[in-house]
Amino acid sequence: MARPMEDSHRRFLQTMMANGIVDEQSARTLYQYCCETHNTQHTPDKLDDFIETINSKLQPMFMQIRKGMSEDNGHQFYALVNMAETDVTRMSSDYADNELELFRKTMDLIVCSENGKASSTDILNSADTLTTKKLKKSETEHLLNRLVHDKWLNEKRGEYTLSTRCIIEMEPYIRSMYQDQVKVCHICRNIAFQCQICEKPTCGIKIHNPCVARYFKGRAEPRCPACDDFWPHEIPEVRRSRSQSKQ
Amino acid sequence: MLRHHQAPEQRSSSGGRVTVSKSRRIHQSRNDSEKEAVQHPELLPEQETVQRGLERFTPAQVDQKTAEVVQFFLVRDQKKIPVRRADLVKHVLKDYRNIYPEIMKRAARTFDQVFGLKIVEIDSKNHMYILVNKLETAEAPPITNPTNPKTGLLFVVLSLIFMKGGAVRENLIWNTLKKLRVDAGEKHEEFGDVKKAITDEFVRQRYLEYVRIPHTEPVEFEFRWGQRAEVEVSKVKILEFMGELHDQDPQSWTQQFREAHSISGSLQSAPSNR
Repeated sequence: MARPMEDSHRRFLQTMMANGIVDEQSARTLYQYCCETHNTQHTPDKLDDFIETINSKLQPMFMQIRKGMSEDNGHQFYALVNMAETDVTRMSSDYADNELELFRKTMDLIVCSENGKASSTDILNSADTLTTKKLKKSETEHLLNRLVHDKWLNEKRGEYTLSTRCIIEMEPYIRSMYQDQVKVCHICRNIAFQCQICEKPTCGIKIHNPCVARYFKGRAEPRCPACDDFWPHEIPEVRRSRSQSKQ
Repeated sequence: MLRHHQAPEQRSSSGGRVTVSKSRRIHQSRNDSEKEAVQHPELLPEQETVQRGLERFTPAQVDQKTAEVVQFFLVRDQKKIPVRRADLVKHVLKDYRNIYPEIMKRAARTFDQVFGLKIVEIDSKNHMYILVNKLETAEAPPITNPTNPKTGLLFVVLSLIFMKGGAVRENLIWNTLKKLRVDAGEKHEEFGDVKKAITDEFVRQRYLEYVRIPHTEPVEFEFRWGQRAEVEVSKVKILEFMGELHDQDPQSWTQQFREAHSISGSLQSAPSNR
């Protein structure tokens, strides 16, 4: 069913390889550009088919272009991910063993937190408990900067969250590693970190912040979709997708 | 005594041929080897090795190994580190080393068909490879590849070497950069440790060669274009850039113009900005 690959696909793939992750609007523009550059027919709403052609050829190499939602703005992103590793060892060509251990500990903190964030203080404290070679404070700070630069983590006001690329790529690992603790969004069924929780003790469903915004948009009295209790949290605004919006 | 199927004279330097010097055919008895030679006299010993080797593995296994080679190349190339054949054999191929030519052939096909890249041997003595873009650099892409800030610095150095005929004493590089307000001795805002970038990073990435000038006392070094620069960077584009910079016709530099448009000058298939 998948078409053969052409230069338009290859150019798209090369751009994905160089950038790692792009927002949906940029992906659509890139798709059009690649088709026009190589005089291939361009059908605007067939981006997913186009990507499927690439994915069918990437599959033997355990690579895929996967789609996922940003927990910050609710926008869709496309990321080129490595499917081979079932652990953080996918990063082992760039990070030392003790650095990977710290990353795992950061992930522990984020998964087990209520708000999906880990403070730099808590992460620095974790650095003292490493079983592999210890990390100094300055080394930990330098490592966190690298992780942000390499698009594994986001940082805002001293708090760290998992980046969209990280969530898309590590979803299978996180689901299996943290199967009891990981939260799942009741609306979109994906794993959730920055989310709202139903306050009723017997319910306790979780919904991503952007999914809350979309689901409850325009409703005068927001009610939990599972137990019908009043939804007590502040309903965020839906963030409109701008063209060429940066991640 | 094991009979070696690869007679020394057949160990050619053409890239991609099996030149496993220790052809320890552990899995093969001497009788089998002789029988094989009798049954397929038309096959060269090297092809025979590959043929027999392929029979030992399932198609799925060979595909899997090819995929691992592709990934190995991609990871290394992302950091601009050339891939050494010896590393490939030691870390990836292992038991599959006898069918190395077949795996490389399939990997090259994958790079071509899926990624639009090609494997280029930049050092035929040490068997080192890099990936080069087959697609032309396009005009105004909507998403630009994130550029390394040091690319500008590299380009200036490469231009200088090219305009000076292919080799430049290192002092000339430092002095020219100084005139451009880039002091190699100090930490630069954008380029960081300039001296390290040029003498270490660019050399490791094979963009530059840092060669000792013989019979110099104290020792002096000169810079030349590295193998990666030869295949990746367009001399035509450099000359055009020089032309714009000095408001001159590129053809006014007759020697450089001739070199840029010669066969060796157009060694690279597509000016790459990967």
